Amino acid sequence: MIELLANSSVSESANSPGWFLVHSIGVGMGILGLVFFLGTAVGMVRFPDFYTRMHAAGKGDTLSTMLMLTGFGLVMMEDFSLSSWLLLLKILGIVLFIFITTPTSSHALMRAAFEDDEMPLGEKDLKKLRKRSRKSTFK
Amino acid sequence: MKEWFAIIMGASLLVLMVPILYRIVVGPTGFDRILGVNVIGTKTAVILVIIGTLFDRVDMFVDFAIAYALLNFVGAIVVSRYFNRTVPLQEMEKPKPKPRTRAKT
Repeated sequence: MIELLANSSVSESANSPGWFLVHSIGVGMGILGLVFFLGTAVGMVRFPDFYTRMHAAGKGDTLSTMLMLTGFGLVMMEDFSLSSWLLLLKILGIVLFIFITTPTSSHALMRAAFEDDEMPLGEKDLKKLRKRSRKSTFK
Repeated sequence: MKEWFAIIMGASLLVLMVPILYRIVVGPTGFDRILGVNVIGTKTAVILVIIGTLFDRVDMFVDFAIAYALLNFVGAIVVSRYFNRTVPLQEMEKPKPKPRTRAKT
């Protein structure tokens, strides 16, 4: 792969197989990020509790944002000039920033909710919820 | 291919934001709403990079994305500090007796 990349930088053509490989890796990472974001969206709607929703939002949001930004950084590269490297470096800087800050902010939110006496659902609440949903679906 | 990838990706991101907007509107507690705003703000940084691709000015829009991610983080931290439970006013004026602990031997 390194040889392919070096050859393509010499021939300066954006359609060589090395660049095609890099761009397809970028497109695949973007689509994987969309899949994780779909998981976040479904979890935010369907989970019954604040803490479970936070679980879906925190993890899926971080991973999908990182994957999508890195994929876009790879798709954006077309040559090995200085500006293109700088662009990739900036995008990787955003990725690092989000990798640090999103878990921090969700931790702070969780702590605020727990100190505000927002209790997680217990077994009894889950049984009640299940009974109610059964009634509403069968009647 | 680059433009089509950006367009499809941005459109699907916008479509997937709708369930989170639903959670922001009907969320039972305030924390659900803040969580949804946080998720949408993080995704806005991605959408800014996508818009930069469409305008061919990615080097400029990436800076906007950095600033937006920073503001989003600061907003989440500030709001979670603000919603933190503080001491009620009556308790502050008339401090409660401390709960009894086991006497030291």
